[in-house]
Amino acid sequence: MSASEFAIDVRSVTKKFDDRTVVNDIAMQVRPGEIYGFLGPNGSGKTTFLRMLCGLLTPDGGSGQCLGFDFRRDTPEIKKRVGYMTQRFSFYEDLTIEENLGFIAKLYEIPERKTAVEKSLERLGMVERRRQLAGTLSGGWKQRLALSACLIHEPQLLLLDEPTAGVDPKARRDFWEEIHKLAADGLTVLITTHYMDEAVRCHRLAYIAYGNLLARGSVDEVVKTANLTTWEVTGPELPVLAEKIRGQPGVEQVVAFGTTLHVSGRDAAQLRESVSPWMTGAYRWQQIESGLEDVFISLMETARDNFS
Amino acid sequence: MKLREFNWRRFWAIVVKEFIQMRRDRLTFGMMVGIPLLQLVLFGYAINSDPKHLPTAVYSADNSVFARTLVWGLRNSSYFDVVREPKNEAEIQKMLARGTVQFAVDIPVDFTRKLLRGEKPDLLLEADATDPSAVGYAIAAVNQLSTTVLNRDLTGSLEDLRGAPPPFNLVVHQHYNPENNTQYNIVPGLMGVMLTMTMIIITALAITRERERGTMENLLSTPARPGEVMIGKIVPYITVGYIQIFLILLAARYLFHVPIVGSVPLLVVLAFLFIVANLAVGITFSTIARNQLQAVQMAFFFFLPSLLLSGYMFPFRGMPDWAQDVGEVLPLTHFLRVVRGILLKGNGFMDVMPDLWPIALFLVVMLTVGIKRYRQTLD
Repeated sequence: MSASEFAIDVRSVTKKFDDRTVVNDIAMQVRPGEIYGFLGPNGSGKTTFLRMLCGLLTPDGGSGQCLGFDFRRDTPEIKKRVGYMTQRFSFYEDLTIEENLGFIAKLYEIPERKTAVEKSLERLGMVERRRQLAGTLSGGWKQRLALSACLIHEPQLLLLDEPTAGVDPKARRDFWEEIHKLAADGLTVLITTHYMDEAVRCHRLAYIAYGNLLARGSVDEVVKTANLTTWEVTGPELPVLAEKIRGQPGVEQVVAFGTTLHVSGRDAAQLRESVSPWMTGAYRWQQIESGLEDVFISLMETARDNFS
Repeated sequence: MKLREFNWRRFWAIVVKEFIQMRRDRLTFGMMVGIPLLQLVLFGYAINSDPKHLPTAVYSADNSVFARTLVWGLRNSSYFDVVREPKNEAEIQKMLARGTVQFAVDIPVDFTRKLLRGEKPDLLLEADATDPSAVGYAIAAVNQLSTTVLNRDLTGSLEDLRGAPPPFNLVVHQHYNPENNTQYNIVPGLMGVMLTMTMIIITALAITRERERGTMENLLSTPARPGEVMIGKIVPYITVGYIQIFLILLAARYLFHVPIVGSVPLLVVLAFLFIVANLAVGITFSTIARNQLQAVQMAFFFFLPSLLLSGYMFPFRGMPDWAQDVGEVLPLTHFLRVVRGILLKGNGFMDVMPDLWPIALFLVVMLTVGIKRYRQTLD
C-alpha cells in the first residue's frame, strides 16, 4: 500500500449512461477501518458508484486511488482486495453452501482453500448444513452466506450494497455487530442503506442524490451543516394543524412522528414567525435537535429542486 | 484480453462449476442427450423422400389382357397399391379429393381397340399432387413403365406396335447412395441439425441465466476475467456437443447401417469448428437477449432458416439463387456437405476445404459481434 492515509481517496468521479449523468463529480475519502455509510434516494447513483470502485463499470472521469492502486487503471489488483456484496443474492442457488464458498475461493486463488472454506463454514455455523443447496436458505441465511463468501479472500475493503434489505431486525442487528467487529480489525467498509438506524451506526456518512454529493461527515457534522431548525408539536388534531402550516414561508417540512409533529426549516427566524399564530392554547411547541431523517428529507427536497 | 492474463485455474473453476450445475439440472441435461437420440430414431425411421405403395384407384372400362397387364405392371413397380376400383369418373374425383387415394388410373372403353389399330389411345393417370415430392418418383416410374410394359403381350403380328427403343443406351450410375435410401442422407444430416439446435439454445440460455439471476455481476467483481468466464462457460457445452456427435455416429452405424466410407476422426476434428461457430451465435444472442425467454426465441429465429435453407429438408439446388445465397451464409449448410461428404462419399480434408472456410468466416464475424456486444453490456 502507498503511504496514503486513506483506503479510498477519489476525486471528480463521473459516470454517464448515454446522456444521463448518473454520478456527477463525486469525491470521497475513507480511512482504513472506517464504516462509511452511503445514503440517498433510489436511483441516486449509489450502486453505480460502488460498481466503479470495484471495477465493474468504467468511469467516464475522475482520478484517485483505492487501496493504494489507481482506481481506473489497476482494477485487477483492486478486485483481488475487495469484497463486493450485491443488492440481490447473487450466488448460485443450485450449488451447495460449500460449493459456493469453494468456487469463490478458487476464483480468488486462495492458497489454503480447504481450510479457508472450512473456517468460513464454522464461522457461519453451517458445518452440518454444508451440503444444503443455497437456494433453499432463508433470506437471513442467504445474506450471511453472501457476507462470508465476500470475506473468504480476506479483503481490505468491503463494499455492501443495501445488505440488509428484507432481513429481519434480529439478523440485521447481528449483521451490524459483525461489521463493527470486522472494522475494528482494520477492514474498511463502504455500505449503502436506506435505514436511519443503520446510518447512525456508521462512522461517517455521505449523502448523494441525483448523482450529486450533498453532505458528508459524521452524523453530528451532517446534522450541524444542514443548519436545520426543528420544532416538535403536541396537541389535538395534529393533521389539521399540519395542513394549515404546510406551505407557510420558511416551513420546509411537516412530518408526523407518532403523536407528535416535526416542523422544520432552514431559516429559523422566518420559521418561527410563520408558525407563531398557532403557538397558543392547546398546542405545545418545543424546539428540538434536528434528526438525521429530518436532514435527509430536507436534502432530498432541495436536491429535487436543484437537479431534477 | 491478453493471453498471459488468462488464468487456467480460475478458468477450470468455472468449468467445474458449470458441470455441477449441468448435473443438477437433470431436465436440461436429459434434453441435451436424450432428445437428440430420440429424435434421431424417430426421424431416421420416419422420414422417407421416396415413398412407395401409394394407394391407387383403377377404373378400367376395358377388361382386356392389355388392361390387366398394365395394372399388373403398376403393382410390380412397387409404387402403386391398387386399393379401390371405382365405378365411374365422379367417384374417382371424390376419392382424390378426400385423399383416400393418391393416384387414379383411368383405362378408357376403347383402349384395346385403338391400341390394336395403332391409334395410340390415351391412358389417364390422375395424381393428388398437393405434395409434389410424394408423387414425383411414382410418375417417373410410370413413364419408364409405359414404354416396355406391354411388350410381353405384343407378340407376333403385333410386334410393330412395341415402342421403339431409344437410339442409344442410357447408363445411369447413382453414386454414394444407389438404393436412394433416405436414411443415409437424413441421419448424418441430423448431426448438424441437432448440434445447431442444442448448442445455440444452451449457450444463449446459460449466459442469459447468469445475467438474469445477478450472478454475472458477482462473477465479474471477482478477479475472474470476462474471457475466462466466457470460455469457462463454453467448454462444458463443447463436451456435450461431442457426446451428441458420438451418439449419432453410433446410431448411424449400428441402427441405420449407414455406410461410413470416410474418416471418422477427420469428421470429429472438423466438427469442432462447427460447434464453436454455433456457440458464437449463442453467445451473441445472449448479449442481446434480456431474459431467457428472449434467448430461446432468438435461437429459434436462427434455427428455422438453418433447417429449411441449408439443404437438410429440401434440395439445396432447388432453391432460387437468392435463397441459395442466404443458405451459403449458414454454417449448417456447409457442415451438412462436410458430414455427408466424409461419411457417404469418403471425402478427405482437401475435398471438404471449400466448405470449411465459410464456417470459419462466419465464426470470426460472429465472435467479433459477440465480443463487441459483450463489452457494451458490461458497462
